[in-house]
Amino acid sequence: MVAPVAPQDAAWAIASALPDPEIPALTIAELGILRGVEMINGVMTVTITPTYSGCPATEMIKADIETALRDAGFSAIAVRLTHSPAWTTDTLSAATLEKLRAEGIAPPRRGQPPHCPQCGSAQVEQIAHFGSTPCKSLWRCMACREPFDHFKCH
Amino acid sequence: MLRWVLAYADDALILGHRLSEWCSRAPSMEEDMALANLGLDLLGQARFLYSHAATLENAAQPERQRTEDDYAYRRDAPQFRNALLVEQPNGDFAVTMVRHLLYASFADLYWRASVTVNDPAIAAFAARSEKETAYHVRHATDWVIRLGDGTDESHRRAQEALEMLLPFADELFESAPDQAPLIAADAVVDPAGLRETYRRRIEQVCAQATLRLTWPSWHQTGGRHGRHGEHLGHLLAELQFLPRAYPGASW
Ligand SMILES: [Zn+2]
Repeated sequence: MVAPVAPQDAAWAIASALPDPEIPALTIAELGILRGVEMINGVMTVTITPTYSGCPATEMIKADIETALRDAGFSAIAVRLTHSPAWTTDTLSAATLEKLRAEGIAPPRRGQPPHCPQCGSAQVEQIAHFGSTPCKSLWRCMACREPFDHFKCH
Repeated sequence: MLRWVLAYADDALILGHRLSEWCSRAPSMEEDMALANLGLDLLGQARFLYSHAATLENAAQPERQRTEDDYAYRRDAPQFRNALLVEQPNGDFAVTMVRHLLYASFADLYWRASVTVNDPAIAAFAARSEKETAYHVRHATDWVIRLGDGTDESHRRAQEALEMLLPFADELFESAPDQAPLIAADAVVDPAGLRETYRRRIEQVCAQATLRLTWPSWHQTGGRHGRHGEHLGHLLAELQFLPRAYPGASW
């Protein structure tokens, strides 16, 4: 006989598998946005943290979690925001960094410029501080001449 | 505490709105994205502080049921506590960048210093915000140097922008008399203590940008007490139009 799955474990499994709206190759758990899932007074309470204060994806992530949990049969759902500890790229795992690179997004390197995600060259230059989203900047590789996004250290 | 929260929330909202006015009008595609992203950061910071203001006010008067929207959309100009600097019109790109340098250099120092205050909500907010404002300072610094140390035309415009906006910088270091107990209790940081560091930073940037800088012997004041220029009224007319015209509208 299989042990029954606790509701918060089931909810965690659902929430942690949700893709990030802006980088769908990664889940919100891998990006450190999902902070916790717990049952509080009968309400399945999911805690997330925004990457940047003004990240427009936060509202979408909230709606995605509510929809996914409702579809799975949960009725009392709350998604709350926490701001502490602040989100940081320092907690991203090595596997997550490699997934970013495979997506063509140069992963963050504390205190150092990125390497080209296509050819690995260190001969790179920044084009713009801000790329397609607040968490990325725009760079170009001098070796293979390809432009690329860099997930900024934060 | 409510007054303190609203002053810094209003700074962020008003400057965030000013930056959003550049959308689709910036000098380049990259800059359009950058200004939109800087504006979004400020909008996010304002939302956090307004929510915090609502929590404070609802705890004191539960029947009020305030929300962040009440502060952003349902107050008139005299109730706004932002410094006059942030409501100044965008002008040309040099004015926008000099204004941003003057604001972000302050915000960066202020939130960095606030990371260790006693109030846990403010400390958490500061820890997030200082990471963001560091980018704002870098971006504005790069541009002010590039414009100041650029062509004759860009130098002239950056110099004019600096002279026009410098009298607004000192207001950022004011604090209301009723904030003295909060400062004494280490719940918030006294901005006045950061003025000298701030001035050294601005002087360094201006030196690199080959801009002449003389700190004025007087400064513009009144924003923290709700006395604003005509510009804020026009800005609010646009910012608040939809919720005022269609109360309770949602999508
Ligand atoms: Zn390359």
